[in-house]
Amino acid sequence: MTSLLAVEDLGATGIREVLRLADSFVEVSERAIPRVPALRGRTVATVFFEDSTRTRLSFETAAKRLSADTMTFSVSTSSVNKGESLRDTVETVAAMGIDAMIVRHRSAGVPWQVSRWIDASIINAGDGWHEHPTQALLDCYTVRQALGRDDPFPGLRVAIVGDIKHSRVARSNVAAFSALGARVTLVAPPTLMPPSLEGWPVEVSHDLDAVLADTDVVYLLRIQAERMNEALFPSLREYSARYGMTRERAGRLCSSALIMHPGPMNRGVEIAAEVSSLPNSLITRQVTNGVAVRMAVLFRLLGAPEASEALVAHA
Amino acid sequence: MPELFLAGGTVLDATGTRRAHVRVVDGMVVETGDGIEAGPRAQVLDASAAVVCPGLVDLHTHLRQPGNEEAETVESGSRAGALGGYTALVAMPNTDPPIDSAAVVRQVLELGRASLCEVAVAGAITMGRAGERLAPLAEMAEMGVRLFTDDGAGVQDGRLMRRALEYALPLGITLAQHCEDASLAAGSVMNEGEWSSRLGLPGQPAEAEELMVMRDIALARMTGGRLHFLHLSTAGSVAMVGAAKAQGLAVTAEATPHHLALTESCLSGYDPNFKVNPPLRTERDRAAVRRGLADGVIDAIATDHAPHTQEAKEMPLDQAPPGMVGLETALAVAHTELCSGEGPLMSLAELLAALTWRPAAIAGLHTRHGGPIEAGRPANLCVFDPTARWRVDPEAMATRSRNSPFGGREMTGRVRHTIRAGEAVVIDGQAQR
Amino acid sequence: MAERERLLTPPLGGVFVARAQVMTAEDVSRATTRIAHEVAERNHGLDDLVLVGLQTGGVPLARRVADALETAYGQAVPVGSLDVAFYRDDIGLRPVLPEAVTNIPWDLTGLTVVLVDDVFFTGRTVRAALNALADHGRARSVQLAVMVDRGHRELPIRPDFVGKNLPTRRDEMVDVSASGVMLGDVVVK
Repeated sequence: MTSLLAVEDLGATGIREVLRLADSFVEVSERAIPRVPALRGRTVATVFFEDSTRTRLSFETAAKRLSADTMTFSVSTSSVNKGESLRDTVETVAAMGIDAMIVRHRSAGVPWQVSRWIDASIINAGDGWHEHPTQALLDCYTVRQALGRDDPFPGLRVAIVGDIKHSRVARSNVAAFSALGARVTLVAPPTLMPPSLEGWPVEVSHDLDAVLADTDVVYLLRIQAERMNEALFPSLREYSARYGMTRERAGRLCSSALIMHPGPMNRGVEIAAEVSSLPNSLITRQVTNGVAVRMAVLFRLLGAPEASEALVAHA
Repeated sequence: MPELFLAGGTVLDATGTRRAHVRVVDGMVVETGDGIEAGPRAQVLDASAAVVCPGLVDLHTHLRQPGNEEAETVESGSRAGALGGYTALVAMPNTDPPIDSAAVVRQVLELGRASLCEVAVAGAITMGRAGERLAPLAEMAEMGVRLFTDDGAGVQDGRLMRRALEYALPLGITLAQHCEDASLAAGSVMNEGEWSSRLGLPGQPAEAEELMVMRDIALARMTGGRLHFLHLSTAGSVAMVGAAKAQGLAVTAEATPHHLALTESCLSGYDPNFKVNPPLRTERDRAAVRRGLADGVIDAIATDHAPHTQEAKEMPLDQAPPGMVGLETALAVAHTELCSGEGPLMSLAELLAALTWRPAAIAGLHTRHGGPIEAGRPANLCVFDPTARWRVDPEAMATRSRNSPFGGREMTGRVRHTIRAGEAVVIDGQAQR
Repeated sequence: MAERERLLTPPLGGVFVARAQVMTAEDVSRATTRIAHEVAERNHGLDDLVLVGLQTGGVPLARRVADALETAYGQAVPVGSLDVAFYRDDIGLRPVLPEAVTNIPWDLTGLTVVLVDDVFFTGRTVRAALNALADHGRARSVQLAVMVDRGHRELPIRPDFVGKNLPTRRDEMVDVSASGVMLGDVVVK
């Protein structure tokens, strides 16, 4: 593997390997000096056509803790505003000599297009509604860490709630959790479901209350207010009443159930403020683990060529 | 102009098939037959193992001039057409400025006068293709325009479409509709369904096309007007047009080579060269369009040749403009898809009907194009080798643009020569000027 | 473990086929006890001393040295483990993945660290280990204990405590376990 564009690129074996590798980087992150020389001399560029300070910082911290050099390209300060084309932009960055490019774009598929133009490893940091593979990996890692078992996934019941249709987090998490053997249920009004779920290894519900009691992990997606303008639901109030994780609903979860959210949260819409700070809420841990998991991804792409093939071949 | 002698081919036209040489003098076919001989100074073109048929007629070409000469010009587009076996193209009116007045019609016809294909023009139905006020249909009809369309968009306003059909009645013209309900299709990048869901791309449902097909059939019935359906792409559309024809309505329809050959799964690699409008649909839709063509519900194969610059097609998929070039591959793609392999869907004669004489009739070009190959007829001809195998290379194309979805594909059947008004404009696959 | 051996041993590569036994289980046990005594002697006791085993072969050996120290002197010595994958100088040249998570839950500043490994070969693993240790604090001193020194050094590093000096060919392989030390070859599958 030279790039990580979609969860599918890893497969179940690759996902497990990243999770195991992330254990080592969690240890590194907890040290007084959280840095290893593994990627010394390598250059990692973050090229974000869509702003996301938290994701960019997470990747840059990961790269720096691996001793890689980092370059930051963000659209607000760049020549994209002067009409430079996507291709010219990424080829210019690549021409400076980079080993990996971390790409985020509001249009689905851009990392695939970029990978046809430049030689560096490409990591998809979110493309439109499509994929956000490192988010799914850090979510799986966080569940595994919280449950304290090496492989808690077979049969694990995961409910992903909210705007599935427009969510790259949902698509990547469906792929990752189901590859690891979890049973995924999508919960949303029909207008927020993808038009077709042909080939998706999921169950579907339009009733959050009906699935609450039988769920080990509730994953809440961010609701964007502008969706109301597209006649997808009448109001945030009505959405929250039917699909929000209220205090009352949280009380009906089984005691060991975990609550997750990719952030940033709309408190009071998809999740009540007090629910986000419950002990079984993993939201802060997701952010913390993001760095270690992204270190694992970077190390696996840049530091260990063909490692996975060798491990698979001789396992 | 020297005498041309097409030697050793199989002549195939609406009247049938026969082995015959064809002699062309001063732009006209003067003699055909097995035993005839070339004149002393004739230019002899080898037609052995090939089919000599009427030149192809494209109902649906975007020549981009005036306004986007970076992507295509009348000259480059006509050269591409000639290389694809076409002797006549109908230029779509979505240029800048649009073809919505006699002045722009005159400009485009003028540009086409010296080109390698005959260039006919389709006029806009509404001013500026804005869907609000009728364009001067009669003024353009007087200049010979026979097809009118707002292609690129459908006429959304039902009342306006009704008036256009009524107004067109005494002019002897045909209105051509790009069927797409703008509200249902808004923001879409591809067909809505399994693949759009998986790829996280906004889709347009088949119903966006079918609702307008349904409305326009009702309006055609109501007004008695002549209506042509552009680039049908869904099973539902084909079924409705079939039913309308069975009721005797004056409707015709076309399909594109890419809708005959490709499906929505082509978008899986996010290559904007597969983005087109109407979008590539499901396998079921593709099968229905192929069946519709074989059954004659769909009258013609039209390219919807839509050149775009490399820069435009390197934008993110949701920003890249829709469209594919098609003139240089249409006959080969259609032949490969429909007439070769195991269990061909149609005969070569049926295929050529959809590419020559039927579109010539729809475009009102049948006096010069698509007619029988016999003495006294204008010599607009195509010589096609149905067994030649070749691989599509967009870089080698004559069109100014490279946005072919068929790059790298192997084809069966290739154009050898094209004769336009008695002049050999393409010989052995090479444009002569 | 030396890089070539890492590369060639399962799961990355071939299988080890033993040719000769060079130390018995008893030999290893005696050598372990001797190393323990030498460690105590050199450091005038066991105060402020920690053992750090190198993943993977050094970890059980470090535990056995700690056991021997406790038996002999009645004092428990802390044992940590260190994986040097992120410090190796061949990252990117060949597959490098950590075998296990490093476990050094103390600040090493002011402590004496005895690194423990099973086989000492080119010295590159120990070089990486020295860099890795530096990230856990400034140790007062670092010493090196190995069960087998097989030669072929590529760096100016020498061990402080050695179970057995074993002349080898470069392409041979040494396998250390509680049941003894075997000399053999790697057969690539």
